Order: sequence, then C-alpha cells, then structure tokens
Amino acid sequence: MSATAADTWVGQRLRRKEDARLVRGAGRFTADIRLPGTLHAAVLRSPFAHAEITRLDVAPALEAEGVVAVFTGADLAGRVGTFIEAAGKEITPALRAQVDVEVKSCPLPPIAHERVLWVGQPVAVVVARDRYAAEDGLEAIEAEYEPLDVVPDAESALRDGAPVLHEGLGGNVAARLAISSGDVDAAFAAAPFTLRERFTFARSAGNAMETRSVQAAWDEGRDELAVWITSPRPHLIRTNLSEMLGLPLERIRVVAPDMGGSFGTGLFGEDALIPFAAMALRRPVRWTEDRQEALLGTRHCRDQVHDLELAYDHDGRILALRDRFLVDAGAYNLYAVTVSYNTAAHIRGQYAIDTFSIEGLNVVTTKTPVAPVRGAGRPEAVFALDRALDLVAAERGLDPAEVRRRNLIPAEEMPRPMGMPYRDGQEMVYDSGDYPAQLEQALEAIDYDELRAEQARWRAEGRLVGVGISSYVEGSGFGPYEGAIVRLDQRGHLHVVTGAKPHGQGLETTLAQVCADEFGLPPERVSVTSGDTSQIQFGVGTFASRSAVTAGSAVGIAAGRLREKVLAVAGELLEASVDDLELVTDGVASRDVHERAVSFGEIHAAATPGPRSRLPAGLEPGLEVQYYFVPPTVTFASGTHVASVEVDAETGFVKLLRYVTVDDCGRMLNPMIVEGQIQGGVAHGIGSALFEGVLYDEDCQLLTGSYMDYLLPTSTEVPSIEVGHQEFLSDLNPFGIKGCGEGGAVSPPAAIANAVVDALKPLRINVNRVPLGPAALLDLIREAQAGAGGNEREELAS
Amino acid sequence: MAPREIVVRVNGEEYRGSAEPRVTLVDFLRDELGLTGTHVGCEHGVCGACTILMDGRTVRSCLMLAVQAEGHELRTVEGLAPADGPLHPIQEAFSEKHGLQCGFCTPGFLMTVEELLRDDPDPSEETIRSRLSGNICRCTGYQNIVEAVRYAAELTREAAP
Repeated sequence: MSATAADTWVGQRLRRKEDARLVRGAGRFTADIRLPGTLHAAVLRSPFAHAEITRLDVAPALEAEGVVAVFTGADLAGRVGTFIEAAGKEITPALRAQVDVEVKSCPLPPIAHERVLWVGQPVAVVVARDRYAAEDGLEAIEAEYEPLDVVPDAESALRDGAPVLHEGLGGNVAARLAISSGDVDAAFAAAPFTLRERFTFARSAGNAMETRSVQAAWDEGRDELAVWITSPRPHLIRTNLSEMLGLPLERIRVVAPDMGGSFGTGLFGEDALIPFAAMALRRPVRWTEDRQEALLGTRHCRDQVHDLELAYDHDGRILALRDRFLVDAGAYNLYAVTVSYNTAAHIRGQYAIDTFSIEGLNVVTTKTPVAPVRGAGRPEAVFALDRALDLVAAERGLDPAEVRRRNLIPAEEMPRPMGMPYRDGQEMVYDSGDYPAQLEQALEAIDYDELRAEQARWRAEGRLVGVGISSYVEGSGFGPYEGAIVRLDQRGHLHVVTGAKPHGQGLETTLAQVCADEFGLPPERVSVTSGDTSQIQFGVGTFASRSAVTAGSAVGIAAGRLREKVLAVAGELLEASVDDLELVTDGVASRDVHERAVSFGEIHAAATPGPRSRLPAGLEPGLEVQYYFVPPTVTFASGTHVASVEVDAETGFVKLLRYVTVDDCGRMLNPMIVEGQIQGGVAHGIGSALFEGVLYDEDCQLLTGSYMDYLLPTSTEVPSIEVGHQEFLSDLNPFGIKGCGEGGAVSPPAAIANAVVDALKPLRINVNRVPLGPAALLDLIREAQAGAGGNEREELAS
Repeated sequence: MAPREIVVRVNGEEYRGSAEPRVTLVDFLRDELGLTGTHVGCEHGVCGACTILMDGRTVRSCLMLAVQAEGHELRTVEGLAPADGPLHPIQEAFSEKHGLQCGFCTPGFLMTVEELLRDDPDPSEETIRSRLSGNICRCTGYQNIVEAVRYAAELTREAAP
C-alpha cells in the first residue's frame, strides 16, 4: 500500500468525476433509458390495509385503449416465487451460538394474491403503450375487497386476540433477539437511583429524490433478461430474479444506472413484476414509480418504541441498562434482525455500560414494510439513550456535558471489547478513537461555556435558547465482502469495476483516487464502473456505510497487485530487475537510466496472449487483477453533535441556531466528500427530529401521501453544519478507513430534542418522541404550563 | 384523446412533437423530445426537480401540460452549456463547491439559480436560502448548494463586461 503523504490523491478535496455528466443533465437514470418498442406499466394498489380480494375483474381494463396486458396474483401464482429473505442467511452460526436470536420466515410475494396486507400492496399490473393509457387501465379494473381487522401498531399486534397476519409465524412476532451481559437485576436492585422512560421514534421514509424505476427486456433468441433498476444492490436483485423466475444467473444482467439517492435498501414487488411482464410479452417494459406510490410503498423505516431503564449512582454514572423495544416491521419482516440488531449493538454508544440486558422484537402490522434506512436502527437507539442521559443529568443536578464526561469510555481503554458479538458474529470491539477528546472538541467548537453564560442572559430577556449534546458510534464497513477488478489498457488508462453501486457518495472519484495513487497516475486516467452484474461476478452494494471501506480496500489491493504485474512484465522486456524499475506517466522506466523505458502499449502487448506474448515465467496473460476484500469485522466510526436551538413558545417552532459535529471516520479519502456526507446526514436527521413522520389513521390508511403532508427539510430549515474531524485510523483495512455515510443522520434527533428540553428548562418538559413538530411541542408546553399553575410567562422568563 | 401537434422552442431550437392534451410538459420533454435532463421528482409541484425556464421564468414542468407550452421559449438544463463547451458558471460552481451528490435534483436547482442570479447578481445567504426553498435536495443538506450559488454569482460577475 502506498503511504498517504501530501503528494497522494487520497486525502485531497478532489472535484468529483461524476459531476461532469450530472450538472449537464447528461446523467442516465433508469427512467432515462429508452429502448425501442417499450411498453409502460402501472400498478393497481390495495386501497385496504387488510382485506380479502373477493373479486378482481381485469377484462374491462383489457378493453381500454392502448392496454396490452394485465397481470394479477393469479397469473403469477406458481410461476414466480417469493423474494429470498435476508433472514436465515444473515444469522451466522457464530452469531446464533452467542446470542438468543430467532427469525421466522416471512417471504414477500411480488404481488398480492387473495389477500392484501397493507395499503399500497401491488394487486395488478397493467401494461400499455404509455403510462397514461396504463393508468386508464387501472381505473377500469373492477376489484372488490372484504375488509378484515387491521393491526395498526406493534403493541396492538402483540395483544391477545389480535389478528394473526401470517399463519406461519404463529403470532405477530417475526423476529426476536435478546442480548445481555452481567447481573442486570442485581445492579438495578443495588443502585441508588433508577429511571424508566418510554421513547418513541416515528415511522419515516428515505425519500430519495429519484423514485424507483424498473425497465426490463427479454431477448427471446438468447434467453437473456436485461434489467435496469434503481437499486443499490444489483447483484442481489439478480440472484432474486434468478430464483424467482427460474433463470440461470448468468442469463440475467442487472444494471443499476445513475441513482438519485437511495438512503436504504429494499426489495420490491415491481423488481420481479416488470421482468416477468417483459418476458411474458416479449417486449421491453418500463415502470417508474410516482411520488404518491413512493410515499405509500417505498419502504418506510424507524417506527420503534423503547422501554428503557437506567440504574445510576450519585455521581450520575450509569451502572446498568435494561431496554425492551418493539420494531413495527409493517406487513412483512424482510430484513430479519438487521435493524433491531443495530439498535441493540449501538444503544450504549460511546458510554462505558458493561451491565446490560436488551430485548428487541420485530412485530408485523398492516402497514408498509420497513427497511434499513440511513442510520438503520441507530438514531432510535441514540435518541433513547442520550435523552435518558439528560434525564439523569437533570436528576443529579449535573450539566449534560459533565454527565457525559463521567460516562464516556476513556481513551486508554481502546480498543475496547463491548461484551457482545456484532451482527456478523465477530466480537464487538470499538477498534480506535478518543471519545472524551471528541466531546471536548465539539464543546469547544460551539464555545459551550460561553453559550451557557449567554443562555442565562437570553433567558432573562425571555429568549428560549438551549443546547443539546448527542454522540454515537457506528459499526461501519459491514461485510461480507466487496470486490474490484482493475485493468490497464494499452494507452495507460486504468479501469476499475466494483460491485459496490454508489448513489451519490462520489465513489467514482474516491475509488479513482485510490487506484491513481497505486500507479502514481492522475485520477483522470482512471475510470470506474459499478452496478452492472455483467462486469463482476459478485457484488454486495452501497449501504451500511461500507463502500469506501470495502470497495476502497479492494481497489487498493487489486491495483497494487496489478502494478506489481506491470513492473514484472516491464522487467522482462527491459531485462531488468523489478527493484530497479519505476512507474512513470507513460510506462515503466529504469530508476537510473530513464531512457531505458517501455510504454504501457508495449507492456500491454507483452501481456496479451499469443505469439507476441512476453511474460515472465509463471505469470498468466492479461493486465487485470480481481480482488475481493473481506473485512475481518466492522470498524467503529464515531461522532459527537452539539445543537443550539431557539424555541418560539407561541408557535412551537424550533429554530436551529448552530449545529456542530466532530466525527472520526478514520482516513478520509476525500474530505470534501466526507463533509458532504455528514452535512447531508445531519439534514436527514434534522428531518427525523423536527419534521418527518409517516402517519396512518385508525384504519391504517396513509395520511402523509404527499409532500404537503410529509415534510422534508428545505434550505430554510437546515443551517450550515460546522464540521470538525478526528482521524483515528482503522487497523481493519489497509487504508485505515471508517465509514461516514450514515453517522450524520444518527445524532440530530437526540441532540435537538435535548436542546429543546434545555431551552424550556424552566418548564421541565420531557421530550420522549420524535418528530417534535410545532403542534407536538406546543402540546408539551401547554401541558407544562397547566401543571405550573398558570404563571407560565414568569416561569419561562425566569 | 387525440394527440395534438405541439411546436416549442427549447434551448434555442425548434422542436415539433405530438402529445395528448393531458400529457404534462415534463413527460413531453422527456419522452417525446428525448430531453431527459429534466427530472420528475414528485409530480405535485413541491420538490422542484422538474424546474425549467419558460420565457425566462421558472416553471414546474410537472404542473404544466405540454399544450400550454405551445409557442413558448423553453430552457432546460441541456441548454445551459454547449455540449462540447465549458460548463456554465452555475454548473461550474455546483461542481467546484460539491453542491450535488446524487445529482437528481440538480437540474431543477440549476435552473432556479439561473433565474435567481438574473434577478439578483449578488444575493445574500438569506435570499439564496429563501429562493431555493422550493427545491428539495435529500443529499447535501443545502450548505454546499448555498456556497455554490455564491460562487456562481462571483463567477458570473467576473465574466460580465
């Protein structure tokens, strides 16, 4: 590995390669791909959350002008399988041996058949000459339903007599995990103080700006299926299609073109319905989701309720933690314990809590299925614990910063085992970092002491200003692997292929930086392809803050090995020892006598099979190296956020005055991109804290079906984020990288809620649910004022 | 519904196409004229991804019908810079300041900023944030977009005679 010195591309704020096409409107997203003869699909969706389909007559739709075909669950039954679950595969034997974990099978069919389980579930697909005609077809379908009792949330799903949604589950619990360490009951019994609080994190959604799109073409003569799809996991889509449609894996090519965000992963009925339609009709078929469908059906997230208990001493030191939480998984639990395990693994965050007991249940309800979305179980955990820590501080009369100082893991304890396995079955160890220094750096950045002094003055003037702190760790760079192929051409141009499909993270740039360094060539000489299953056999994808770690390492190692091979071939041509050679811009030259050189063209020719091949003994032809990097386990990134807010007690509006972050994501391949990830993550977290909630009525009908009802943060709500860094290199990969894609989104709900509570300190309100919209906050304020006996104005000003 | 012939000027060139009266302008641009740089984000006028200029002013091309654009002068992201030429200062600024990540919302932002900088060549941060508040970006947190607009203003002023 080349060392990262000042003269390397890694570490530079290099402008992104992908921008050139994107700013010109020349990006190619799935819905931009045009194939001749394409038909267009529209999906009929269930209007009921739980119902029997009693009648489904598609004949009138087939008579509508322009409609070519209609497919229903009956057409697919026995012909198209269910989605492969992450379920069983994810629970490694190593994990099962150490943790009490149970996951029940709950396979998702691509389309409803006889019964629907959430509003928005696909019921029929109309294929027509254009989208407009396809929607006409939808309106003509005659569907009748017999509504059944709904299961609106996790708690009611667990009640006796609740409708059982999947008979195979024997109830509504689809997965359960329990992890503990130490004698928790004894610690609680002996502790001088305990607290118990319920924390609720609302259901929200990723809301990528590009809606999902699937386009499929069946080449009948070759028995080949080509699929273009908005997915960060094209290889997984291919495997699913192979199993569901019964096609050989290599007869399917799945391409994820440019993607307009993702923020999570998902498997969706349309992934299989559109390829099925293309095969059945022998015509290309395209479907692009509209925003209404996206808000209804593109996987929601969060939706957790925690009953958290802490035992603590006089000094505010946490002695033990007990947490029982429910995840409302929606109608199908598609991701086993991915999210709930993340929650359990991250709830203790940066704090030294070694006696704990955590139980999480994934419960099915009659709502849209949930999926891991940016943060994936961590924001919920951090919200609960960092709010609880502020309750401890208030109880013990401590400043929130001080209670954290007393509980943070000291730097000298790193690397620190955390007394449980990570989700990959490996021992969970915080590998590097200095959390106390991170806290102090963040406090200094916001000028905490001065802020506290000013707060007293502002309060005297009637201004409600508060400050809140939250910190997190994040197991990043999740495996099991990611691969890279690096090739060199005759012009000295490098080409990188990876399975890690980016969707805004700038991987074309950062991977080019890594590869360029290995060859000492500029990144302009490196091109990067990803998201095409025909280019590399195995791929995982971009999620779980993993691609810079896993794909970055794979590219670095593959490029290093290719460099060795290039030097070896050059040595053969120059009859020189490899040690006497070096890479130059147009080939390889002798270190001493630069005139003794061979061009990349000559090296390429010598590595080409055939009579002109001139390879050193034992080397195979080709200037291509493939390498799959398998991380030993995750590497722990971390961050501390401090928010200062001003609350308008008349309107309930929370204004963010300043927002400071300090993160450690190890080696930064491109600090500009890292900071962009953090700023964007914080904006997402601000949405979770103050604006974003998926709401259903008592019949599980979606109430937030438009952007007038589901509020995303805009440029007037998100302040400039003041980003600072620590750089503790990871030992778990060659470059010392830790992931940074999700961390930004983890702490804002806790930091902002803590700041709001702090701003309203005279009223002693408690915030135990997010989002904290104006109406919710006004309710809390009024409740507190009523409790305070009506002299609220004085209370607030005191 | 019978398709109607529609003639519009887009990025200085005359285009002829046909569309049913119910076809939105953005679908017409993308599907009939093949100009896929303008993106469809929400189809209800909130996200701003489909923002284009009509006779120099921003419009949401998802909220207009193609037939309403008949005879008008349209400008889309493809018209900001010549295909083989240098980037437009706004495009240059967005790239330089990392004002885009996935790039899906970007064309709408670029067109909004084009109008903003014509109205106000040296906008304050408050003005920028206010004028951009009709465009949603899920990736960047807006911070670098705001910086990009300032930088674009600078580049534009420098380029002006």
